[in-house]
Parts: sequence; structure tokens; C-alpha cells
Amino acid sequence: MKISIEHLAKLARLSLREEEKELFVGQLDSVLTYMEKLNELDTGTIEPTSHVISLSNVTREDMPEASLSREEALANAPGHTDKFYRVPRIIE
Amino acid sequence: MELFSLSISELRSMIDKGEVSASEVTASVFRRINAVEGRIKAYVTLTGDKAGEMAEKAGGEIAAGRKKPLSGIPMAIKDNMCTKGILTTCASKILSNFIPPYESTVTTKLAANGYVLTGKTNLDEFAMGSSTENSGLHETSNPWDIERIPGGSSGGSAAAVAADECIAALGSDTGGSIRQPAALCGVVGLKPTYGRVSRYGLVAFASSLDQIGPITKNVSDSALLLNIISGRDRFDSTSAPVEAPDFTSFIGKDIKGLKIGIPKEYFIEGMDPEVDKSVKNAVRKLESLGAIPVEVSLPHTGYAVATYYVLATSEASSNLARYDGVKYGFRAEAGELMEMYMKTRAQGFGAEVKRRIMLGTFTLSSGYYDAYYRKAQQVRTLIKKDFDDVFGLVDLVVTPTTPTPAFKFGEKTADPMQMYLADIFTISVNLAGVPAISIPCGFTSGNLPVGLQMIGKHFDEGTILKAAYAYEQSTEWHMRKPDL
Repeated sequence: MKISIEHLAKLARLSLREEEKELFVGQLDSVLTYMEKLNELDTGTIEPTSHVISLSNVTREDMPEASLSREEALANAPGHTDKFYRVPRIIE
Repeated sequence: MELFSLSISELRSMIDKGEVSASEVTASVFRRINAVEGRIKAYVTLTGDKAGEMAEKAGGEIAAGRKKPLSGIPMAIKDNMCTKGILTTCASKILSNFIPPYESTVTTKLAANGYVLTGKTNLDEFAMGSSTENSGLHETSNPWDIERIPGGSSGGSAAAVAADECIAALGSDTGGSIRQPAALCGVVGLKPTYGRVSRYGLVAFASSLDQIGPITKNVSDSALLLNIISGRDRFDSTSAPVEAPDFTSFIGKDIKGLKIGIPKEYFIEGMDPEVDKSVKNAVRKLESLGAIPVEVSLPHTGYAVATYYVLATSEASSNLARYDGVKYGFRAEAGELMEMYMKTRAQGFGAEVKRRIMLGTFTLSSGYYDAYYRKAQQVRTLIKKDFDDVFGLVDLVVTPTTPTPAFKFGEKTADPMQMYLADIFTISVNLAGVPAISIPCGFTSGNLPVGLQMIGKHFDEGTILKAAYAYEQSTEWHMRKPDL
């Protein structure tokens, strides 16, 4: 077994139930085994492709423009004050 | 002939001649929705009131002599494209209450061209799936056999078009999510070249692969919609600074001398024999129209599914990190912040989304990045080169869209790997970034549609549309309607 499911779930910020952990360990293992097929290929000197069209540093002029109002930006938040997002306590 | 059963071009001519009004067309489509939606369940949100207003506005503009290409045309939008003020759920509990404060570029363009929004269509949660069974809301049925899946992830859009619950729709395609459901529902689905269409306002799944495209009743409607949604957008830095031709100008041109590559890797063991036969007949038909078939090879095809599921899940795990219960969407109750993140995501995401986030987290994690993510990016280079090489020899590549016709609900849900292999013929196209269309090319003995895929060079959707139209017009497959 390649995966520490607890570690991964923590990295992914997912609290998994015991039965989910069991199910995922088996399923992820079988998918990863399938992915090992890629090792049949010698890719030593091949450049990786992250994007198929080569665009880099697409910028615009740094000019202030209209954007969402504070009310609009906060409207979908599960918790907010009139100015801020509200979240559970972070600092003891 | 009912208005709802017509195409954009047919309705355009009737509306422009004053034979019908925009409001009558919209009313007809909603009568159809009321009659069949109970069995198909293509939509997650219907926007009847808004559609009425948009139709009335379109009617007013037409009367004032300001008609536009989509004036009064009712269209459905996949529910992963943001519509300002209208619920946009991605078929996920985590976005079940999300009302976007902004509009996607594609729907802004449709609106500027006079379209009428019928509603938002069902999908696999966050577009992750091949059957729409991963929707967190409900399943959608294939209009040709309601005991079967419509394909996915744009299953709602494809089913809505096939069932005449809209005149056309938009879908999104990361590994086949426009073409595969279009094939399984017997309609036309086009994935444009990566960068052709702005992704602004499309909820991101795998950003280097995602692309929006039209799902339509025929090829000329596809060209018309591509004209409208194409183009560089300053809100999407990956949209390409490339001029778009008038795609409708390719419609009706002959295909004499067009070289079509038939890749041997796409005719494999385990393929449904009726699909195989339909596609081979389609190649013969293209030949009779003057095209020249050439056997070609895309030697890394067998590595595409593995490459895709490394890259797509890696990008997804990163993109979906934003769902933290803070800025929008569902939040689980918790006493402190980390617990809130963990519970919100655990309760808000469905099983397939969690599986892919876990997989992508693993392939990007320390110690595994080179072995999986970098390796897959290198193989992606090889897959792209396969296409570059083949397009040095031919103008177009023709393949089946899917290895089988629509399968039954539950048939592939137990084993994720089986479901992933349903995309075996569509995935390479996204990895290479090339455009491709699926058009109807036959029916099985069980009356299920079969799709033909045509793949083109980067930014050469014109050749695809030309060949697809020539084939379509020489057959009657696109005229068939499911019996609902």
C-alpha cells in the first residue's frame, strides 16, 4: 500500500469516515496501479507540458477598475459582518 | 412540426419572417419541458420567468429592427457556468446555495446576441464523471432509453437538446464531457481548441484542459454558436490571442481531396461491434464524398487515460482547495477553523470529488510529484506530438467518440477505473488541446445513438465543421428524434 490515507486526508482537508477510508484506500490503490503504466515509457529528456498553448506573463496595465462591491463579495458568505468574513476562532 | 423540435437556423428564419414570435418559441419549449422533464430530469434549475422576460425583450428588439443571431432562441446552460443572480450549483452540495455575483463571459456573449435562458442543466458534480450519476442532486435519463445514462459530465445539456427541452445548450469538456454525452444522446457536441473560448466564469475543474463548447441539433448551429462564444477575453489569461474566422463560412463546402486519418489505436478489442460498424460505414461515406482515408498511428493513445487522471486530479485538488466554507457555499458547524474546513469539505463534496481530490493531493505530494505529476506532463508532451506528427500527414482524424453506446444506470459506478475508461477515445484531445466534434453516425439495433468523432488541428475548427456538415447532410441520423 502506497498511501497513508490519514495523511492524505489531512493534506486535502477532508475528515473521512472509517468506511470511506477503507473504500478509498482500495480504489486509489487500483487507480495508482493503473497509472504505473506510464513507467513503461522512457521520458528522460522529454520536456513536460503544463499548457498546450505557450502564453507567458499575460499582463494588463496596472490601472484601478470597478470591481465587486463589498456587499456583493460578502453576499454568499456563510458568516460575515458588515465588513468581514466571519470564521470560527483561529487563535487561542 | 412543433417549434421546440426545430434548430436555431430553422427558428431564425421563421422568427425573422414574422411567422412566429420569440415568445411563442419560448412558450413552446416550456410546454415541452413540462411534458417530458419529469422523465428526463435534464435541468437542476428552470428559469421560466426570466426566459419569458428575455423572450419579450428579444421580440421588442426584433420589432425595432435590431435582430441578433440568437434573438429569441431558448438555450440551456450547464450548471457550472456562472449566471449572475441565478443559482449555480455545479450539482454539488458545497455550492447548493451559490448565487454568482458576476456573469461568465460565454453567457454574457449569448445575452448580447439575444438568447433566452431556459435554465441550468445537470452534470456530474464539478464536471467529474462520465454518466451524470455523480450529480449531487439527481440522475438524468438518456432520452433514447430512460433506463440508461445520458453520458457526462454535460449529461443534462445533451439530454435537454436531444429531448427538445431547449434549442441548443452549452457544455464544458475536460476529458470528453461535451462529446461523450453528445454521442450517447445522438446530438452534435463540439469541444473547441484550448484557448478558443474564454473560461471566465466557468467553475474550474482542471484548468489546463477545461473548455466550453456548444451542444446542438445540427452542425451549422454548432458553427453559429462557436462564432458567438469564441475570442480572446481579458478576464481569462489562457484565452488565445487568435483571430476567429466566420465558422459558418465552412458550412456547405465540399470535402474532395480532404485527407482523413484513421488511427488504428481507436479500433480496439472490447469495442461494441455495432459502434465499430457504424464508424467504419461513416468513413466509407466520407470517402464517397471525396475524402481520402489514410491509416495513421497515434502511438501513445494507450497512455492517455493514465496521463489524464494524474493531471486532471492534480489540477482539481488545487482548484477545489477554494471550497473552505468561508467565502461562499455550504459551511458545516464547527468550534474551530481546521475542524470547519475538514467537516465542510467532508459533508459538502460527494464521493467521486473526494476520490479525485485525494488522488490529486497524492500525485502532487512531496516525494511523489516527480513520479506522477511530472511524469504525466512529460507523457502529455508525447501525446501532443503524436497529433502534431499525424497532422503533418492528414487534415482531420476520424474515430469513434465512445467505445460503447449508452450504458445502464449503476453499470460502472462500483469501479471508478471502469468509468474512467469510458473516456478512452475523448481524453487525448484535451491533453493535446486540439478541437474535436461528435456527430451522430448511426444507431444500434437497440435504437441507441452512435457518435463519430472528428479531430482537427489547433484552431482549425473550420475543417472539422466542413467535414461534419458534409457527412451530416449525406445522412439522416441527425433528423431522428427519441420517442418521448
